[in-house]
Amino acid sequence: MSTATTTDAPRTTSFSGPSTFTGRAANYIDERTSISAVVREFGRKIFPDHWSFLLGEVALYSFIVILISGTFLTFFFQASMAEVQYNGAYVPLKGMNMSVALQSTLDISYEVRGGLLMRQIHHWAALLFIAAMGLHMLRIFFTGAFRKPRELNWVVGFTLFILGMAEGFTGYSLPDDLLSGNGLRIIDGMIEGIPIVGTWLSFLLFGGEFPGSDIVGRLYSLHIMILPAMVILFIAIHLVFVVVHMHTQYPGPGKTNRNVVGYPILPVYAAKAGGFFFVVFGVIALIATFFQINPIWNYGPYDPSPVSAGTQPDWYIGFADGMLRLIPSHLETVWFGYTFTWYIIIPVAILGLFIVLVAVYPFIESWVTGDKREHHVLDRPRNAPTRTAIGVAGVVFYAVMWAAASSDLIATHFMLTIEGVIITLQVLLVIGPIIGYWVTKRVCLALQRKDRSLALHGYESGRIVRLPGGEYIEVHKPLDEYERWRLVSYESYAPLMLRPDRSGRITFANRLRVGMSRWFFEDRIAPVTRAELEAGHGDHGAHGAPGELEGGHDGDHGLPPAAH
Amino acid sequence: MAEDAHSDESTAVAPAHGSEHSVASVDVGLAVVPAPEDAFQDPGLPPHHLRVTDTNPRRQRRAQRTVFSLFYLSIAGSIFAVAAYMAFPIEDGSFTAIRINNLFIGLGIALALLGLGFGAVHWAKALMGDHELTDPRHPVRGSEETRARSIEIFQQANEESGFGRRTLIRNTLIGALIAFPLPAVAMLRGLAPQNQDPVALLKETMWDKGVRLVRDPLGTPIKASDVTLGSVFHVIPDGLNKLPHDEMLNAKAKAIVLLVRMDPSELHETPERKSWSYDGIVAYSKVCTHVGCPVALYEQQTHHLLCPCHQSQFDISNGAAVIFGPAARPLPQLPIAVDDEGYLVAQSDFTEPVGPSFWERDKA
Repeated sequence: MSTATTTDAPRTTSFSGPSTFTGRAANYIDERTSISAVVREFGRKIFPDHWSFLLGEVALYSFIVILISGTFLTFFFQASMAEVQYNGAYVPLKGMNMSVALQSTLDISYEVRGGLLMRQIHHWAALLFIAAMGLHMLRIFFTGAFRKPRELNWVVGFTLFILGMAEGFTGYSLPDDLLSGNGLRIIDGMIEGIPIVGTWLSFLLFGGEFPGSDIVGRLYSLHIMILPAMVILFIAIHLVFVVVHMHTQYPGPGKTNRNVVGYPILPVYAAKAGGFFFVVFGVIALIATFFQINPIWNYGPYDPSPVSAGTQPDWYIGFADGMLRLIPSHLETVWFGYTFTWYIIIPVAILGLFIVLVAVYPFIESWVTGDKREHHVLDRPRNAPTRTAIGVAGVVFYAVMWAAASSDLIATHFMLTIEGVIITLQVLLVIGPIIGYWVTKRVCLALQRKDRSLALHGYESGRIVRLPGGEYIEVHKPLDEYERWRLVSYESYAPLMLRPDRSGRITFANRLRVGMSRWFFEDRIAPVTRAELEAGHGDHGAHGAPGELEGGHDGDHGLPPAAH
Repeated sequence: MAEDAHSDESTAVAPAHGSEHSVASVDVGLAVVPAPEDAFQDPGLPPHHLRVTDTNPRRQRRAQRTVFSLFYLSIAGSIFAVAAYMAFPIEDGSFTAIRINNLFIGLGIALALLGLGFGAVHWAKALMGDHELTDPRHPVRGSEETRARSIEIFQQANEESGFGRRTLIRNTLIGALIAFPLPAVAMLRGLAPQNQDPVALLKETMWDKGVRLVRDPLGTPIKASDVTLGSVFHVIPDGLNKLPHDEMLNAKAKAIVLLVRMDPSELHETPERKSWSYDGIVAYSKVCTHVGCPVALYEQQTHHLLCPCHQSQFDISNGAAVIFGPAARPLPQLPIAVDDEGYLVAQSDFTEPVGPSFWERDKA
């Protein structure tokens, strides 16, 4: 067994020792680490295959790219707000007073060969990291992958998303240029608006008055030490959970809650996932080669006075910035001599509530459904219409806030008034999610009906047949059993019934739960059963040409099999 | 899944009634409708399909060629990137040189990475075994035996230590654990200077009686006669530029002012502020009362000031009142006058705190 790492060697139990170099090296390592047990345990572990499973990988790999490029940048960047006179290579800023932080960032861009490329790789990778995490979360949500036993891992992943945004914002603020300084000014204004502690929080964060000369150094500690350490820790927890739970799989023939169908780590995923890391890195490098990002030399050093129109935060902060813009005027009151800044408190509360709802959604759903079983087979989004609709409502809510962060650009690009854009978005913030919810739920139910009809009647073959009586019909071809299984293998839920608990009472919590259960499951389409299919055959047969619909055509139906 | 539902403990209800509208939950409160008896059965994994590289040796050889060619390309990309690093210097400081350096190093690196990546993925997809394999899953919870043993260990530890029995020891331990991080929290007070009060600092700016209004950033004084009708001046207090850099930024963040002259007939002033302007010239704080961005965009025709960050709008002809956007308060007005030499000066500091509101803002 000591030669288990040499791939082609038969598993001999001879004690003569390996003869090849690889074998001897493996033996050396194993005798000191017992690593053969790891290879035995994980080497042939099976992972399922699906493009949507790559989203999490994109997030992971872009984080590795961030670590690599960021480490390079730390060799040159100096997180100091001490004042210097710029005398570097970029002529338009020569002679200007600026902080050492901005000067070193300019030097990375203008005086280190490949430095600009590294900065752009770092920034683009950061944008991709958070985007991939967001898409990964949406995939998890819409397929119900957060259900037991993965609720905690959802929370871990959610924390990673928040940490990612914190990483992004702290990094964005480091160059101490005009844009990042304005971003910090907004953060300072928001912190000051927090009741009771806001003034002091801002004072402590900035080491005195805004902007002071401490903030860049402090954000740097967070950005390159504390936050990355937390991200790495949470990624480790996240991946350990993935190993413990084993990966979910999409429904399909042969896939059950008791197995996992796919390919082994060695060699397939070592090549596919390893190769995919380089693909992600390569795409980021390509983007950084061709597309400029954050040209700080155009903005110049931070000065509290100037600002340019059309300033935008990086995309992932947009939803928070947009929410600030959507608040109506004059929302502030003075009670007992203290100032309640509702224009800060309300958006922060809304954002907080939204984020908390995202974090605890798995627990809410499991409480509503009462489902305490393990789920390893994913839901197709249409088969969980209420959840899918809730998800879309959340996405619309987020999207409206996000759009609001560009309200001024929307207004200028489409020749609209800024007031019109804001008021429209305010209205959309309320009714958009409702419309999104309603439309999505109907679409899901319609798709389920479509599935039913496909399972019952097969698909339109495009072949028109004239019957002896002169009637024309289009021949429907039945699905084969694999394709049909994909459409019918889902569970049907029904609302809970209100009944007294053990002590004979009907509690408010029970009422709420039953009410929510009804909301979740009132509209539902049951999967097709065998009896229905047989009845469907007869029913359809009445239209003529029953012979065309016999099962004998299964072999040449022309549809791809469900599994890949 | 329907098949599994049959064997799960939670759906012990007999599916006798068959109708999907009946409620399944009994004690567990689970809303799953049990699968009817005539539910479809899982047909199992579909038959394996061979790839073209499995059946056609020529295609297999071609795939092999593609993979190693991609790896060769990757090596070429790496070498190209190193060569580009040497061949395209940026030391002359021109932007074109930097662009070219960025472009060719980037292209080389991207080629190296993508060649490697696509090569490996193609190898896996076209040449490595593609038979789907199956691993069994087991419940995530530990086996009954493991769980029982864990409980036993905890009980044993509890007995041997007396953690549950010796309550005073336990409770003082918990107390000590809660108390020990407190010094660290206290020390965070040092993040900000000990001898300053943020509330007092937020309520004052550099403006004072007789301080001249000077141009931002040049620092040259402004004569009332320089301010023509409809013109806008970005203003800082005289002496600001002489401060050390960090003090200057702190002071400037609060003291920036926008100066506008408009037709006195269009200026609606409250009686107590009649004396704050000079011949149609008014000065307002440029720090947005929303979250503090500079309110720098002035629209001459409407006398509206727009904040570029969150689009709050203020009407300068009407006491800088908020007319749109998330801000709650008008911009504070700086009372101004003209000194003996005809230069604009402040009558005093702002009469209220500038910038975003804070908890103690209106506290006396």
